[in-house]
Parts: sequence; structure tokens; C-alpha cells
Amino acid sequence: MSNEDVLNPKRMPHEPEKATLEGKNKFLGFWFFLGGETVLFASLFGTYLALNDSTAGGPSADELFGLELVFIMTMLLLTSSLTSVYAIYHMKNNDLGKMLVWLGVTVALGFAFLGCEIYEFYHYIHGEHFTFRSSAFGSAFYTLVGFHGGHVLFGLLWILSLIIRNAKRGINLYNAPKFYVASLYWHFIDVVWVFIFTVVYLMGKVG
Amino acid sequence: MAKDTKTKSTTDFKKEAHKEEMKQQVVTFALMIIFTIAAFALVVSDVIDRYFIIPIILLLALVQVIFQLYYFMHMKNKGHEMPALMIYGGISVAVMTILTFTTIIWW
Repeated sequence: MSNEDVLNPKRMPHEPEKATLEGKNKFLGFWFFLGGETVLFASLFGTYLALNDSTAGGPSADELFGLELVFIMTMLLLTSSLTSVYAIYHMKNNDLGKMLVWLGVTVALGFAFLGCEIYEFYHYIHGEHFTFRSSAFGSAFYTLVGFHGGHVLFGLLWILSLIIRNAKRGINLYNAPKFYVASLYWHFIDVVWVFIFTVVYLMGKVG
Repeated sequence: MAKDTKTKSTTDFKKEAHKEEMKQQVVTFALMIIFTIAAFALVVSDVIDRYFIIPIILLLALVQVIFQLYYFMHMKNKGHEMPALMIYGGISVAVMTILTFTTIIWW
């Protein structure tokens, strides 16, 4: 396949993200990375589970957490996962405009999620005086949830730069793998969040 | 002419295939919303004993994540043997890590 075919494909293949060797390598390499990320988050979850009773006289999970905000955040992130599925659907149908719109919606929902999380942390630190240094529970909580929040921020900046960089390029076999891999990352963030809202917030409320 | 028709019908076929996948993904999304609401409702309503609630909400999370992996991240499609190896490799080490961290505090 010549360079010209990659940048200006005459006909979009069924799976544009895996039509070139570079695309195939990106796909495999990214899943390898996700396997590693799973272990990384598992170590943070394990730490949290081991330390979440060590409150050092400070507020406990049950006293601290409210489920309303967490429910809203869950819905925001879950919906953004679906909108990035829409974006990839339009990518496969070679519709740049619609793909960019849905990626934009995904980014907007992601920022709304991040805003809620910052509000939540602000409330804990200034309202409840629960900080990273309050207790082992505090350290484990902020590390786990903050690390996920950092992933959300990174994903948002990533997708945003893809949108800006490729807005005038059109979909081709060079950038299709980039969009595809970014959407995988975004879904993975949602996978991690499912376990955070279950293990940290819901199990914290149950006691 | 004949060639053009062929091209067109393959494109239509592809679009149909994409549409079919999209439909499954929307159903997946609806199920995930239902699982999430069920998990929150179980905890808020407080009708079941806590020793039952925790396994149930963990199971709901697990099912939801399987849907996410297989439908949203396309693992059900062909050519996903290596991704499956990677993610299941990751999950098995993850399970061992969590087991280690949670059992180490017993002693």
C-alpha cells in the first residue's frame, strides 16, 4: 500500500483502523498497554481495600460519601462511553463531520465529569477537612480516585488534540487508528470507573 | 457498470453491518444503565443484608464491564485473540494483586 493510498484511500475499507501495518501494531500495542493498566489500577484498588478502615479517627467512608453526585458522575461517564461509540460508528462510515460532533459531545461529558470530581474533592477538603494526609484511608482514596481522574484529564486532552489536529484532514488510514485507539482508552476509563463506584462508593456506603 | 454495482452493494452491506453492530451497542448501553441503577438502588434501599449486597453489586459491575469490553470495545469481533490474551493476562495478575493486598491485612 503506497503512502498516497494511506492518506487518500479510494475506498474506505471495512475496518480502516486495522488496514495498515501501523494501524494493526497500534491496535495490538494499545491492548497490551490496557493489560498493564489493569494491573496498575488493581494495585491501587488492593491498597484501597487494605486501608479503607484505617481512618485514624478521621471521617469514615460511610460518613463522607454521598451517592447523588456519584450517580450523576456515573451517568455522565457512561453516556460519554456511548457517544464515543457513535463517533467510531461514523468513522467507519467515513463521515468526518458527524464523527467530530460525537467526539465533541464525548469531550464535553468528560469535562462535566471532571468538574463534578473537582467539586467533590473540594468539598471533602474544605468542608469535611478530609485530605490526602488525614489518614491511610485518605491517602488510598485520593490516590485511587485521583489517578482515575488524571486518566480522564489525559483522555480529554488526547481526544481534543486529535479533533483539532485532524479537523481539516478528513478520515484516512493514517489517522483512523488514532481515533480508534483513543476510543478504546476512553472505554477503559469507564471500565475502571465501574469498579470505583462499586468498590469505593457503594461498598463504602454499605460498610 | 457491473463493477460499480458490485462496489455499491458491498458498501451498503458494510453500512448494514455497522448499523447492526450499532444496534447491539445501544442495547448494551441500556443494559449498563439498568445494571448501574440496580446497584445504586440496592445500596440506597437497604432492604438486603450487607453480606448479600456486596457480592451482588460486584457481580453487577463485572457483568457491566464484560458488556463494555465485548460490545463497546469490540472484543466480540473477529481478530481479537491477542487483545483477549492481553486483557485476560492483565485481569489474572490484577486478581492476584488484589488477593494479596486484601489477605495480607488478616495477620
